[in-house]
Amino acid sequence: MNIQAETTPERGGNPEAFSAAVPADRLQAVAAGRDVPAEVHPEVREVTPVLEIDRFNLWYGGKQALHGITMPIPHNKVTALIGPSGCGKSTLLRSVNRLNDLVQSVRITGDMRLNGDSIYDPRMDVIELRKRMGMVFQKPNPFPMSIYENVVYALRIDGENNRAVLDEVCELSLRGAALWDEVKDRLHESAIGLSGGQQQRLCIARAIAAEPEVLLLDEPCSALDPIATGKVEELIQELRGRYSVLIVTHNMQQASRTSDYTAFMYLGRLIEYGSTSGIFTKPILRETEAYVTGRFG
Amino acid sequence: MSSDTKHRPRRMRSSYSSLTAHGEPWVWLTGGALALAIMMITGLLAFIAFRGASTFWPVPLELVELADGGRALGEVSERDQAEAATAKTAGRGSRRLVRTANFEVSGHHYQWFDDTAIARASRPEWATVVERLEGGRFHGFPLRLLHGDEVVAVGPEETWKAFEREHPVVRRRWREAMRIDRHERGLLQRQLRAARLAVVQARLDAGPAVAGSVAVSAGQKAATAAEQEVIARVGRQSAELDARTGRLRQENEGWGLEVETADGIKKVIPLEGIVRACQPNRLSLAGKFGVYGSRWSEFLGDDPREANSAGGVFPAIWGTVAMTLIMALLVAPFGVLAALYLREYASPGAVTTAVRIAINNLAGVPSIVYGAFGLGFFCYALGGGIDELFFRASLVADNQPTFGTGGLLWASLTLALLTLPVVIVATEEALSAVPNSMREGSYACGAGKWQTIRRIVLPRALPGIMTGLILAMARGAGEVAPLMLVGVKKLALDLPIDGRFPFVHPEREFMHLAYLIYDVGFQSPNSQAAKPMVFTITFLLVTIIALLNVAAIWIRSRLKRRYVSQQF
Repeated sequence: MNIQAETTPERGGNPEAFSAAVPADRLQAVAAGRDVPAEVHPEVREVTPVLEIDRFNLWYGGKQALHGITMPIPHNKVTALIGPSGCGKSTLLRSVNRLNDLVQSVRITGDMRLNGDSIYDPRMDVIELRKRMGMVFQKPNPFPMSIYENVVYALRIDGENNRAVLDEVCELSLRGAALWDEVKDRLHESAIGLSGGQQQRLCIARAIAAEPEVLLLDEPCSALDPIATGKVEELIQELRGRYSVLIVTHNMQQASRTSDYTAFMYLGRLIEYGSTSGIFTKPILRETEAYVTGRFG
Repeated sequence: MSSDTKHRPRRMRSSYSSLTAHGEPWVWLTGGALALAIMMITGLLAFIAFRGASTFWPVPLELVELADGGRALGEVSERDQAEAATAKTAGRGSRRLVRTANFEVSGHHYQWFDDTAIARASRPEWATVVERLEGGRFHGFPLRLLHGDEVVAVGPEETWKAFEREHPVVRRRWREAMRIDRHERGLLQRQLRAARLAVVQARLDAGPAVAGSVAVSAGQKAATAAEQEVIARVGRQSAELDARTGRLRQENEGWGLEVETADGIKKVIPLEGIVRACQPNRLSLAGKFGVYGSRWSEFLGDDPREANSAGGVFPAIWGTVAMTLIMALLVAPFGVLAALYLREYASPGAVTTAVRIAINNLAGVPSIVYGAFGLGFFCYALGGGIDELFFRASLVADNQPTFGTGGLLWASLTLALLTLPVVIVATEEALSAVPNSMREGSYACGAGKWQTIRRIVLPRALPGIMTGLILAMARGAGEVAPLMLVGVKKLALDLPIDGRFPFVHPEREFMHLAYLIYDVGFQSPNSQAAKPMVFTITFLLVTIIALLNVAAIWIRSRLKRRYVSQQF
């Protein structure tokens, strides 16, 4: 992992070229490697950000996966990242809690700030940082232990062993994840025995147990059946207002149903970012409109 | 596509292609290979099980009367076709191998008889097998039961009744005398030795004697005084024991069973030297089962006698199980830690790959090499060092090493080394089978690397690690070659755990079933008689390994149910 202090180097950026390309065919310009400025709706500029992504670039080896992403993630709102496969949504999400550190060849420039604290500051303790966030993955990944231990895992590794505290957090989190009524009688049974949808809600309970400042959801419903998906979406609705949620999704309906803000990404670039109603009903770019209405991608 | 109309249906080829497509021949080939393998394995196991289980079954005694007037009594153990041994009969005739026993009278344990030379063969009712402590079996007919000059009973029936009455009593006295000799007298011997070594130790502690100085340190004085006291006490107790065993022996003296062999030689067998006697020809089925059970319980629970070719194998069972378990306990942490580093911490690269290849190669090193290493490093270097530090007195006084020679601990360590590659490879595989999503989930919760490994990765990998341990145990329990160098002995009756302080004696030499197979089968002076015993020991060893494995598999399946999910 190599963090460069300098901000975005201009790679293949040619102002003349893209001014000619905008708005004629912005996506082709992006595909050709030209820099295209993101269209950011005015309402986004007024939000209170919990997380600020600032000119963030990321390379896997020699291949650049993220190009100068700059976007604020609003406090206590649900923000959806949409875009076709391979556009860097998940990479961006995994950059927020620095899970990409685990990949040997990753190199980044730029920064992100969580409530003002620089995430990529060399002095930042990455373990402490991750304790301030919760993350839910594409495939439910309950740990090989009991339901109870799954939920309080973050507290356990933090050294919390007070039974009363753990019990309270467990119940609150499971209630928060709308799972309490289904599992309250078998808290000490293995989490492996739960259904896929229950497992995913358990993962959400686990993620909110430590009161995260931001909750990262990486396509949380893509491995679930429609009924389980419905339950998880309902849950995301309920989390709105209490947690700052950043959710990656492939599902347009899901984005429009659950989120307050939506960002459209393409080939590692942020294309358009605005309120969900704005993006879905009156997008600035016709490319965005084409994508959200399902005409491409 | 656009040009649908141009497509004609593709012509299907002959049924030959469908044969290869369905792959019927391959199904048969693969299925046949599996069936062959299973047949060979089950055949071998069934053979061992049958031969091993039938060893102790009482076989009828046959009285063979030869045409030339010779008579022999014994169990028919084999029949085959062979060139006739006598010149009179030409061509191939059938012959039988008879276990005639009575070695000291006839000079044979077994004899071949040509069927043509046999005038008559019968199964007399009173033919008796006498299993003796020493000298092997004796076959004959009971004549009289004697007690000194007194004749207690005459005639087979009377004698047998009297024998069944008196024999258990005599044997009980004999066992008591043996217990006193082995345990109580052994205890006294050890106390004497301890006191003697304490004197030597005190001298060593006092340092090298200064020339011309006759001063003796206080410690030496005390130790010498203590030794005198122990000698006196042991002398008193020894005399007491002598009196007790003398009484027992005297009561047993004179009791004897007079037996007549088939060719008329009479012999008196002392009653206390008879382990068991029976008349297989007149035993009912229940009686046969009684003898069978009694022989099995002796086999499983007693010490060996007659150069291991008779009696029990209890010390060897003990040694095998103890060594295997200690080995598993030693190899598990080593192997798991090494694999953890290789898989979780070491950054992949040329060095890691080289280390991995080296570990795989270690699994191919001949086991005798491990034995030689164990002897050189564990026994001589480590054990010798321990002796120098803690057991110098024994070295100086008796020139007898304590840890500096083969023993249970060193043998277990050597085998742990031998099976280490198996555990490392299996653990690595188990670790790599843990989904990365679990690790990421844990990291995302703010767990560190070690927390993730300890709480998530290891529990999830445990069933796979257990598989490695099972393989290691199966391999370790069957090894013989390295054990011969690092502590297995032909005879070692003192178990490494007993009631004497400090209760655990890992430095002691021990017996092992696999070595016993080699020893009984190939080093025995009477290999024919030992052959059934070899089958039984093999049967037992296979059973023990199977039981150990079943136990481990049971633990593994429990872990699997707990930790490994079947997602969706």
